[in-house]
Amino acid sequence: MTLAADKPTMIEFKDVHKYYGDYHALRGITATIKAGEFFSLLGPSGCGKTTLLRTIAGFEGISSGAVMIDGKNMEGVPANVRPTNMVFQSYAIFPHLTVAENVGFGLRKDPRSKAEKAAAVAEALEMVGLKGYGARAAHALSGGQRQRVALARALILKPKVLLLDEPLSALDKKMREQMQVELIKLQRQVGITFILVTHDQEEALVMSDRIAVMFEGEIAQLADPETLYRRPNSRKVADFIGTMNFLPAQILSEHGGKVEVDAQGFGRLTLNADQVSSAPGGTGASIGFRPETLTILFDGQTATDRESMATVEEVVYYGDMTYYDIKLDGTTEAMRLSMRNVFGRPVLDIGTRARVAWAPGALVLFR
Amino acid sequence: MMKGGWFRVYTLGYLIFLYAPILLLPLFAFNDATVIAFPLSGATTKWFEKLWLEPELHRALKNSLIIASCSAVLATTLGIFASRASTRYSFPGKAGIMGMIMLPLVLPEIILAVALLAVMLGIGLPLSIFTVILGHVLVCTPFSIAILSAAFQSLDKSLEEAAYDLGETPISTFRLIILPLVMPGIISSLLITFTISLDEFIMAFFLAGNENTLPVYILGQFRFPQNVPVIMALGTILVCLSIALLATAEYFRRRGIAKTGGKDTGGFL
Amino acid sequence: MQSRGKARFRGSEAANGLAMISPTALYATLLLAAPLVTIFLYSFWTDGYLTIVHEFTLQNYIDVWSNEAFRAVMLRSLGVSLAVTAVTVLTAFPVAYFVSFHVHPSKKSLWLFLITIPFWTSYLIRVFLWKVILGYNGVVNSGLMGLGITDEPVTFILYNVNSVIITLAHAYAPFAILPIFVALEKIDRSFLEAGRDLGESPFMTFIRVTLPLAMPGVISSVLIVFIPTIGDYVTPLLVGGPEGRMVANLIELSYKKLDNYPMGSAIAISAMGIVVAVSLLFLFLNRRYLKGGK
Repeated sequence: MTLAADKPTMIEFKDVHKYYGDYHALRGITATIKAGEFFSLLGPSGCGKTTLLRTIAGFEGISSGAVMIDGKNMEGVPANVRPTNMVFQSYAIFPHLTVAENVGFGLRKDPRSKAEKAAAVAEALEMVGLKGYGARAAHALSGGQRQRVALARALILKPKVLLLDEPLSALDKKMREQMQVELIKLQRQVGITFILVTHDQEEALVMSDRIAVMFEGEIAQLADPETLYRRPNSRKVADFIGTMNFLPAQILSEHGGKVEVDAQGFGRLTLNADQVSSAPGGTGASIGFRPETLTILFDGQTATDRESMATVEEVVYYGDMTYYDIKLDGTTEAMRLSMRNVFGRPVLDIGTRARVAWAPGALVLFR
Repeated sequence: MMKGGWFRVYTLGYLIFLYAPILLLPLFAFNDATVIAFPLSGATTKWFEKLWLEPELHRALKNSLIIASCSAVLATTLGIFASRASTRYSFPGKAGIMGMIMLPLVLPEIILAVALLAVMLGIGLPLSIFTVILGHVLVCTPFSIAILSAAFQSLDKSLEEAAYDLGETPISTFRLIILPLVMPGIISSLLITFTISLDEFIMAFFLAGNENTLPVYILGQFRFPQNVPVIMALGTILVCLSIALLATAEYFRRRGIAKTGGKDTGGFL
Repeated sequence: MQSRGKARFRGSEAANGLAMISPTALYATLLLAAPLVTIFLYSFWTDGYLTIVHEFTLQNYIDVWSNEAFRAVMLRSLGVSLAVTAVTVLTAFPVAYFVSFHVHPSKKSLWLFLITIPFWTSYLIRVFLWKVILGYNGVVNSGLMGLGITDEPVTFILYNVNSVIITLAHAYAPFAILPIFVALEKIDRSFLEAGRDLGESPFMTFIRVTLPLAMPGVISSVLIVFIPTIGDYVTPLLVGGPEGRMVANLIELSYKKLDNYPMGSAIAISAMGIVVAVSLLFLFLNRRYLKGGK
């Protein structure tokens, strides 16, 4: 998950706007995507992520601004000559062709000999784990196999950018997790820029070098997965990615980048500049924290940092994890807390009083 | 009791009602009597042999075949344009335009026929098999659209986009992707519109002028009781031909659905 | 900016769609809309000898509607059409219901194929054969007499309105079955289970759930049978006899035999007006029914 900042820019959006009649689908997108990066566009349905992807492919025109690929403005360049290829959500495998004909579809005008093309097709199929499937009829394939054919068909053309439109959404959970790992490996192997559209935050976190979180036609935050998870810049992003608890807080003073707050349940705290969200959030400030950053202390354990008392209000057992809804003393809302079920550790009952350990460094302040 | 119970019995009875006339047809075609009535009097193939001796019939048949072929090709061509437009694009006035094109499906045919007759005589277009073709195309196009819309509907838009994305132009995409996938629908449309045109009476009756088509000839023969057994023989052949054409059309329709990996949802309409 | 907007329209979806539909739309405009407008105009003109007098007049309509024979034929046509529609739709519903609810999905298209075949095959000969079936020495009478139910052939089933109704009901059966079938297919089967689950009998579930949901299909059936039957020409001609003549036969008479186009057009337009009025009335009643049902 290292991003070489010195890598050249592959895609650049310059203040891209897109209207459908009166509907403002993209509202001033400005961002750059580096060569060789695994980049994700993440957001709820209707946020414009697929539209943005399709402006790269050339299926959607833009109303104003510019989309640059490898330094060239794509204005007026049709989809069939752009250096991008796409894996469609429905895979769009041509049902009347065989697997090999599908994979070799884009090679029609390639000047190489038939034998060389066939070798390229075989190589592409092997790369996606479909060696020997060439002669099969496309409509007889399973979902996972279609996905692989779509990948091979796009990658055989050696595009500068591979676009993936929710490619895993049609697969079941097991298959999806398996394909996530395979896609990461494949991207490392071929080294080209992958741009993934997804509404699944977990998928985006697992696969991407960087993620752009989009809401209502705008990029709300663009960051690497860890920053996005640990330091979301708004309550909205924090809510969308994983679970985050919020408690009301009051800002007491600000100086030298440090902020002193009085948070319900936690008391007076001093937070570092990087713990303070930049985007203003509207009504009142709040402190946010992830469920796993609070820990229940069992007999004999002591907190390395801070400690508070709480009451267990609800217990949800997940096998490897237990989720507790706890109410910290001095608060009115229950907070979610997660504990790994280590062998031998008891699962607490509802109503139990518990000591809870926490660290100021795990908190985020939203204004 | 089998699944469906009384509904099954009722439906089978209904099918007998539907097929009764067709099932009687060969009985009289092979019956050795001029009167079309029971009891039957003996088997013969002489009515079929007589078909070879009717020059008027041959001329009507030739006309009908020309009309049906031309109408099928023209109606299917127009059907391709309309069903492609209606399934792929949204544009202003779509419902109204499609409504107008599909109108002949419900409009009493006689009104269409007299309206066309009035216009053709008004502009001085002599009545001929050409005018019949014009009328038949109008009647056949909605059926063609009904069949082809299903074929175009099952065509995933991303298939086209994938072809563009892989470097094809809109024209080569149509040739390489769309045409092969809707071809079964096109064949099915050609066969069905051919069958409709071959069987169509009213338009031909009004618009053929001095020419005869098969149905017009048949109606004329009903006036001469001694010719009716020959018509029964002719009808037997026509019914067999229609069923063969329809079965072929159905075969292609199903193959088209299988090809695009779609689900079979029903019949022609 | 203006030119860019135009360029965008040229490449836009609406422009592509209109360009794509234009050949078919043009054909329908020239050979469907224009002729219909023409006979509409004709109906307000007068038939001179060998020419048409292009002067607006309501005389054709007055002549037509003041003619008692015409009114009788028009009324009969309407009655026959309504009867055919009722008979066809009522008898077709159970067939559509059977195919939709009791036939295995893989067999459905075979059943539909079997139902549609007779519709596509030689209409004229089928009508003629009904004459044979219903005639004096016909199948029905042979059967009835053979079974000893009657001593003499019954005659009320040929050359009158009854035979026209039977023959037309036969001709339009698939037209009635298919729309109902399509509507029934769209009904989510869990609605019916919910109906049963909430304590209704199968029959009441049918009345309260299936029937209202199938209504759009029934409406299509009604209209698709009612509208064309009123203009049927062959059936009244072959099996209707003198008392079974319908409005299409009058139109043909005016156009072909009398060569009076304005008169024929006035009859055609009158018939269409009645069809449209009845159809609208029906749609209105259906809306009331569906609203009342809720």
